[in-house]
Amino acid sequence: MPLLEVHDMTHFFGGLRAVYNYNLAIEPGQIRGLIGPNGAGKTTIFNLITGIYTPTEGEILLDGGSIKGLQTNEIAARGLGRTFQNLRLWRYLSVLDHVKMARYSKLTYGLAGAFFGTSKRVREEKATDEVAMELLELVGIPHLAGQIVTNLPYGAQRRVELARALATEPKVLFLDEPTAGMNPEELIQMIDIIRQVHREIGIAIFLIEHRMKVVMELCEIIQTLNFGEVIAEGTPEEIRNDPEVIDAYLGKEVVI
Amino acid sequence: MTTNLASTPSTRQRIRVLLSKIWEPYRSVPLLGWLSAALVTVGLEQLIGLPLAHVLGLSKIPALFGAVVILSKPALTPSVLLFMALIYILPIGIVARFTSPVANRIAAKLTSYPLIVTALAHLVLLYAVLQIWCDISDYRVLVARLAMISIILTLSLNVVNGYMGEFSCSHPGFMSVGAYVASAFTIVLFVSENRFGEALLPPALGPFMFPLALILGGLVSAFGALLVAIPSFRTRGDYLAIISLAFMFITKSFFENMEVVGGARGISNQPDYATLPIVFIWTILSIWIINNFVRSTMGKALNAVRDGELAAAAMTVDTRKTKMTAFLFAAFWAGVAGGLFAHVLRYINPDSFGIRKLAEVLAMVYFGGLNSVTGSIVGAVGLSLISEALRPLDIFKWIIIPIMLILIMIYRPTGLIAFTEFNVERLFHPKKKASEGEEHAAA
Repeated sequence: MPLLEVHDMTHFFGGLRAVYNYNLAIEPGQIRGLIGPNGAGKTTIFNLITGIYTPTEGEILLDGGSIKGLQTNEIAARGLGRTFQNLRLWRYLSVLDHVKMARYSKLTYGLAGAFFGTSKRVREEKATDEVAMELLELVGIPHLAGQIVTNLPYGAQRRVELARALATEPKVLFLDEPTAGMNPEELIQMIDIIRQVHREIGIAIFLIEHRMKVVMELCEIIQTLNFGEVIAEGTPEEIRNDPEVIDAYLGKEVVI
Repeated sequence: MTTNLASTPSTRQRIRVLLSKIWEPYRSVPLLGWLSAALVTVGLEQLIGLPLAHVLGLSKIPALFGAVVILSKPALTPSVLLFMALIYILPIGIVARFTSPVANRIAAKLTSYPLIVTALAHLVLLYAVLQIWCDISDYRVLVARLAMISIILTLSLNVVNGYMGEFSCSHPGFMSVGAYVASAFTIVLFVSENRFGEALLPPALGPFMFPLALILGGLVSAFGALLVAIPSFRTRGDYLAIISLAFMFITKSFFENMEVVGGARGISNQPDYATLPIVFIWTILSIWIINNFVRSTMGKALNAVRDGELAAAAMTVDTRKTKMTAFLFAAFWAGVAGGLFAHVLRYINPDSFGIRKLAEVLAMVYFGGLNSVTGSIVGAVGLSLISEALRPLDIFKWIIIPIMLILIMIYRPTGLIAFTEFNVERLFHPKKKASEGEEHAAA
């Protein structure tokens, strides 16, 4: 059974049809890609599945249970982690606090613990520290744990975001343009990290990308989106040679 | 001209070098050392303060570090400065410097005990200093109590305006709810007077039930906060500022029209339960609990909501619950502060909780520093003392304080000590000599 299923999802912004009849089935451990020109609706699909918007029509199932209409934080707590295209890091929090924050739904010490510093809280915070440090090691930045994120270079900020998303213990991880704005060197490092995360944790990954190199290297199956509709779905090789994809990306050849 | 230009930086540098040379030995003085020095100083003032004041031509010991005397009788400035130097600066300087090895050793020994023991040792010392300092005059007792109540108020407002990044204006409203509820509780139960009749319980029980009155006041104002929070936290933006401002005016006119609690004339005859130790204990309690909260991951969720609500939600943070909890929590402490305030002044009227109070507490928050417990303490105590010290200037006080605030906003837009974490454990640690510290850092 697929881990995440989306059936016939359609969404309107007022009169604008942003997504039409979108279907998706992610198997455990799979890496899938979503590509498409600017404004095709890629990020909208992410936002619909992660509960930032509620789709006008359709059904979304995570691990067999419907998550349509739930709050974003509930969906995240059920196992759908994500990163953002434009790095939504918290300006005044340290790297370690970023990763710890994503463990929010796993903390059980409650208000009594928060107010009075009970021994349960001390224990849980310590355990959370350890989990966070492990994740920072996984993405290769344990030495930056105490830094404030705004002081970090861009590539490191991306890694913080990835570690933060992993700390929610996702079953499916959504990556929204994980290499946006990176130089070629950082790009290769990022691909390695994503591979490593996939290998070590074995979660399913669904990623949006602009750079063909990244998608072609990482993904098993790729969907191509244009004007909110899937126009092609297949292996990287099939997608590369699909005439419709070439049209959408490069424009039709006009015979004069 | 050229020589002047060349010499200015060198003089300045020389002064700076001199200052740092004077300051050098004090770097290794732990908090314990400063507290013992302060204890010696206030003891000294108690013993020889009055004779010394008479010798220097002062009629009594300057109550608030001499500022009032200087402003009202400038001719006495030299004697006041001499008094301050002899009683405060010199003894503190000498004692702190020469007891620092001993203090460090004791502080190091204390670290092996649980934190609570260390904290209690420091608190007892701090309270002793406060008590002896206040023993000089009733005026000092009043100022100290009001300053401590300001700390509770400022800290709780900082939770909303600083840590959560919303703008709440309803703190005087919450304070008035707490003040009226606590006053009604104590007066009905323990005071025999015209309005509410005979005391229902023996007055001897009163001081023991006082915490109950404060907590009840806090809970009722937290309930009031719920009324503000439900409509304002549906979305982000300026809604909270507007709704909370409305709440403040509504509570004010509510109490103005409630004849049963005295209407615009207010309510008096509160029993004298908010003594110095009681206010001190409540202040420490509030600092401890609020600091615990903002340092936990659940409390830091407030910062996450402030700096990116969408990302917070995507990282499993329940943003709505987080905001509601923090707002109700802040209102609770404002209510407690109100209850204490009513029992310190022993008279309240709706006018005490108007726009003036709002300006005062907002100024303390922004002066001290957003998102910072230390900042709030500094802001509350600092502005309370400055405002008392400038009292002889009458109306000009309300020109000087705003100018000060404007300067703060220009040079330090987030306040004096903003965005810091108040680490209690580190506060109590012994301080190594500067050289040892460097070695430690290198290792």
